[in-house]
This record gives sequence, structure tokens and C-alpha cells, in this order.
Amino acid sequence: MLRGKLLCAIGALVVGSLFVQPAAADKLKIDFWYGNSGDISKRVQEVCQHFNDSQADYEAVCTSQGSYYAAVQNTIAAFRGGKPPTIVQVFDVGTLDLMLSDAYYPAYKLMDDNGYKVDWSNYFPGIRAYYASSKGEMYSFPFNSSTALLYWNKDAFQKIGKTEAPKTWEEAAADMKALKGAGYDCPLAFDISQDESWQLMEQFSAVHGEPIATKNNGFGGLDAELTFNKTKFVKFVTDLKSWYDDGLAKIKSPNTGEDYVAAFAAGHCQMTLTSVGDHGNIGRTADPGMHWDVAMLPVYDGTQRHNSFVGGASLWVLKGHTPEEYKAAASFLNFIAQPEQALFWSTVTGYIPVTKTGFDYMKANGFYDKPPYKGRETAIASLNVEAAGSGPGGIRLGSFLQIRGELSNGLQEIFANKASVQQALDETVQRGDAILRRFEATYKGKVLP
Amino acid sequence: MTVSNPGIDLAPRPPAGGEVFRRSGVGRRFAGVPLSRQGARVGAEGRAFFTSRWLGVALIAPQILLIFTFFYWPAGEALYWAFTLERPWGGGNEWVGLGNFTAMLSDPVYWGSIVSSVIFAAASTALAMSAALVLALLTDRELRGSRIYRSVLVWPFAIAAPALGMAFRFILAPEAGFMAYVNHLWPGLWNPALDGADAMICIVVAFAWKYVSYDFIFFLAALQAIPKSLIEAAAMDGASLLRRMRDIQIPLVAPTLFFLIVINLTDSFTDSFGIVDIMTQGGPARATNLMVYKIYFDGFKGLDYSGAAAQSIILMLLVILLTIAQFRFVERRIHYK
Repeated sequence: MLRGKLLCAIGALVVGSLFVQPAAADKLKIDFWYGNSGDISKRVQEVCQHFNDSQADYEAVCTSQGSYYAAVQNTIAAFRGGKPPTIVQVFDVGTLDLMLSDAYYPAYKLMDDNGYKVDWSNYFPGIRAYYASSKGEMYSFPFNSSTALLYWNKDAFQKIGKTEAPKTWEEAAADMKALKGAGYDCPLAFDISQDESWQLMEQFSAVHGEPIATKNNGFGGLDAELTFNKTKFVKFVTDLKSWYDDGLAKIKSPNTGEDYVAAFAAGHCQMTLTSVGDHGNIGRTADPGMHWDVAMLPVYDGTQRHNSFVGGASLWVLKGHTPEEYKAAASFLNFIAQPEQALFWSTVTGYIPVTKTGFDYMKANGFYDKPPYKGRETAIASLNVEAAGSGPGGIRLGSFLQIRGELSNGLQEIFANKASVQQALDETVQRGDAILRRFEATYKGKVLP
Repeated sequence: MTVSNPGIDLAPRPPAGGEVFRRSGVGRRFAGVPLSRQGARVGAEGRAFFTSRWLGVALIAPQILLIFTFFYWPAGEALYWAFTLERPWGGGNEWVGLGNFTAMLSDPVYWGSIVSSVIFAAASTALAMSAALVLALLTDRELRGSRIYRSVLVWPFAIAAPALGMAFRFILAPEAGFMAYVNHLWPGLWNPALDGADAMICIVVAFAWKYVSYDFIFFLAALQAIPKSLIEAAAMDGASLLRRMRDIQIPLVAPTLFFLIVINLTDSFTDSFGIVDIMTQGGPARATNLMVYKIYFDGFKGLDYSGAAAQSIILMLLVILLTIAQFRFVERRIHYK
């Protein structure tokens, strides 16, 4: 009897769902795969919800793949299997792989074909340069964008009689000594494992205007060679090592028990270099009584400051879909580029607005005057220190995650006293170049768009 | 990798197969059907075999299909990629012959990776098996609470590698958790973030901890299959506890010991990347860059499919060679009866 009732109930549910479905099925569904997880993933879902509620024709089905790597990896598998998502989020260093593939529908063309007039010059130049071809045509839509900042603890600096963050590394070194003298155990927190060298090497090189590779950091061709063993970066690593040896700077990673962001938020360390994307996170996790702020990355004395690089990810539209689906994709991308969405997105995450109108809209709304968000405009300033076109504006090197891995291993040798700074960096560059040559051979006959 | 369970007798069976077959329901279904049309018949030695070729093929087809789809096909693809430079998004690949293999094998870093894999496999297998054997010997004595241990000791095997890695990363972190106390007593003693040997100890301990439970089940089952009368007789002859373990129990579980060595070594070569990824990410300075982790990193993060494919084949050959060597040299010394 019970089984009969159960079957009836299930039957009713099935029939019921059949009646409900058609209403939802009226909307054309498109898949959007992204890599963010945790809190940011919830925010992406909210953006999708806003889009789905804003119009009656399309429905974006947004799915987190767990990590940036997984998003790319799963999309490649789906693409090879002939069932790619319509839109996929690809992180900054994966940009080149996409550009050299035949898998995408360029963003500028998609918008043109579907009748959207986009003012591409509205995007901040540093952000535009990263995702555009050499002709300046945008291939993907900047989505979550960030850059590195110096986070500093105002309470601790007050103890050493300072009210401002250090502007030069010389000043920073003096501050670290003073903080140590004032009883602070960990003046500067940093990490050198795996990807974590991005603020130490990439952003350092960017703000100092030092090349990471020849050919304009790879923008000029696939035959670029690494150069960071011959730049100011060598001096920086040497200094960082001496600060580490003197106990002024400490390695803080999950392997030591607390990562550098958590160490700063907990007040255990007084300075750290990390993404503006962590601004919201630190604001939520730090003790409300702790006073802290952000500043642009320090530069060495006598160096003219340059733009920092943009990090984060962009949205690519993939081949293999119907014109209707592309119409839906264009509508979605147009929606998220609206200033109101920029305000929502930047408020809940800490990522920066990617367009000038988005930034102006947020300023006009008084966003940057409100306490929890105050300071985030420093990221925009850091990306726009100088006019466009004076530097490479980013990195366009193949297999860059593997190169980061080589650098991380090189740095670990240096900090474990297994190799001298120059020796380890020379070897890193040599191994990195071999990776670049391998990438070049894989894409033999291809030229950068 | 399929290795037959030594719990099952490997020696030639007594000719009882036919009888079993006849007694089973399957046997009866064929009764009364003329021999020529019958799918199976009982041979002179009492073994059952199929006379119709197609019935046999049909019966194994689902299994073969599965193995083909999920093993031979991808393995064949990997084999092809290993000799080319494959573009991750498709759209072309360059034939490079043995280029990927020579590039790997001429790289000192890759040899370093092989060496650390061998160290890891030997250390984790030795640690997991010896700990499991001691625990099983003690549990087998039916000491107080042994029923609880028996259940509890099985659990760690069910824990997923990332969760396990997280837990051990915290326990073994130099500035937090248990090891912080050790470092407090002897400053600078323990730092897996920069000391390669410490990092290797971390992943060995974490991996062995998981496999202790697996090995324990097999050891306990083998020990309980030993007739109690043997041990009681030895005890009456005045053999001490340790003597009985050394001379009676351990030699009698030798087939299980051999089986577990094969499984542990194979798994430590192929199943360790989850723990490495969470705990050390191959560092510091490549100290824990095991072969299988390097495959994962180059292939999945670096999108170097061909390099990863070539490395997979090298790893596969290494594991095959190792297993052959074990069967050839170690198994000879094992007596199954």
C-alpha cells in the first residue's frame, strides 16, 4: 500500500514538473562556466540571477568548476567533445592559449554582429591591453579584474611614529627595522610557493618598468626570452633574502600554518603585498578595532613609477553555437558591462570596475568614501599611473604557470640557502626559456593575433 | 592493475570445478539440451568451458568494452600524444618522434623527480606496512578493545586525499598545530615550507597513515586464517610471543605481505598526487615533485599535454617493470601452501 502511495506521489511530481517546465523552457538557455569558488562563486550566481530577472528571453546557466585551472581544463574537454559552454571564464595567464586556439568567437565581432555598439576605449588601457589583439581588437570581456597593493597596519605604524605607508623599498626597509624594534615579530609577510610569486616578480617588474621578457613581454611574438635575471628584480630578491635572514620579513603560507593574507588580517604581520581582490576578505576577517589601509606597491628610490599589471580573468565566447545562442551571450556580456552591475560586483567582491563609466558611476555614488571600501580606488590609480602605450601593459608568455613554478622553485632554493640569488635566477630563466621554446614549437606556424 | 588476492589459492585446483558447475543453477539450465547446441560442457578434467565461441565473446564483451573505453582508448591517445606536440585546444599537432622522451630524460630535474618518487614509495610502503602488521598482530591477540580497534582502524582509508592533506598540513605546520610545540623546544628544527627532507616526511606520513588501514584489513584477515592450534602448540613448547610472531605468524602471512608490497608500491607511484598537491605542491625546491604530481602539474595546469603523456608512459613502464621484478624475484620466495 505504502509503495503504491509513493509511486502515486512520484507520478504526480513527474506530471507536475512536466506542466511547470514549458514556462521555463521558453527562455533560451546558455551555459556559462567559471572558475571562482566559495564566496566569489555565490556573487557570480547573483550576477547571473540579476541577468535572468532582467529580461524574459534568455537564461544564463552559471556553473562553478571549482578553480581557474578546472574551468579551463573542463572547457577544453567539453570543446574537444563537441559540447562547449557558450561563455567561459579564463584567467589572465590562460589568455594566450585561447588566443592561439581556433576555439573562440572574438568579443568585438560578437558584439558587432549582434548590433551592440561598444565603446572599447571606455575600458581602462591596462585592462584593454591584456585582452586585445595587437590591432587593439578585444577578444574577450574583462570580468573580475584586480591588481596588487601594499596592505599596511596603521596601528603598528603609529607606534613607530608614521602615518603613511612607505613609498620606496628603502623607506620600507627602515620601517621594517623600526617595527621590529617596536616589538613586532613579523613586519612583512610574503610567500614564494607556486603561483605566489606574481606580486613579487610580475607586479614588481611592472611598477619598476622592468621587462620580464624580450619582445615587449611576449606581445611582440612567440620567440620572446625571459630577462628577469638581469633586472632590478635581482636586487629585490637579494634585499628580500636579507630581510628574511634578519627576521624582518617572514614566509607565511598554508605550509607554515597561516597564509600571508590571514597573517595580515589577524594582525600577526604588519605589511603584505596582495591583490585588491582581498580587500573585502581582509575587511571581513580583521578585528574591527584594527586600523589598516592600502597603498601602491613601493618602488626603489629614484625609479619612475609605472602602471601595475591587471590580474584576474576574462570571459570568452566559444565557437560551436547557434546565432540565437550568440545573441543571448551578447546580451549577457552587455548586461554585466553596465555601471550598475560594476557597482554591485565591486561592492560585494573587491574586484575593481573595468570601465571608466563604471568607475565614475561608483565615485558618483560615493562608493569610495564609505569606510569598508575606502582605499580600493588606489588599485585604479596604480593601474593608471601613466598614459596608455608606454609599457607592455601585461605579459603574453606561453605556459606561464609552469614558468611561475620554476621561479617558485628557484626562490625556494635561494631562501633555503641552496643557491645564490644570481645562480638560481639564471637557472630559472634558462628553464623558463626551454618552456617557452616548447610552447613555440607546439604552436609552430601560428602568429600572435 | 589487477593482482589476484593471495587469500585465494593460486595453486592448480583439484578437479572439482565440474561438480560445482553441475550443482549450480547455471548447470541445470543446460540439462537436457543436446551437447552440440549446449553453450558449455564439462571437460574430461571436470572443468567447464564453452564450445560456442560466440557465447564466450558475448559474455566478455561488456567487460572488454568498458576496459577499452576507459583504459585502452585513452592510453592509446596518450601514446600518440607522447610522440607529438599536441595543442590543448586541438587544431593541430606536430610529430616529434621521441623528442618528448629525450627532452624528459635529459633533464636532471626529471631524474630528481624519479629519485624522489622512489624514496617516497619505499619509505611510505615500509612505514605503512610495518605499522599495519604490528597493529594487526596486536589486534589478532584479542586484547581488550580489539573489536573497537578493528572497526576504527579501517576508517582512514575512506578519507579523501584532499581532506587528509589539509589535516596533516595543519598538524605538521611549523608555526601552528602540534609541530609548533616541537619547534618551540628546538627552534628551527622543523620547517617543511623550506626544508625538502621535512616536506618529504610530511607526505610520507600522510600517505602511510591512509594505507595503514588498508594493509591492516588484509593482515588481520590473513592472521585470523592461521589455525589457532599451531600457535597454541608453539606456546606449549615454550615459544615466546615474539618468537611465535617471527617463526609462525609472519611466515604464514607471507603471501599477503607480498600482495600488499605490490599494491602499496604501485599506489604510492600513482595515487599520491592529491596529497602532494594539498601539502607541498611539489616543493620546496622540487623536493617532493613526485613523477605523478609532475604529470598532473604539466598536463592539467601547464596544458603541456604531450609532455604529460610522455611522462605517463615512462611512469607506466616503471611500474610495470617494478611489478615484474617483484613477481620474478620476490614471489619465488613465497610459499602459498
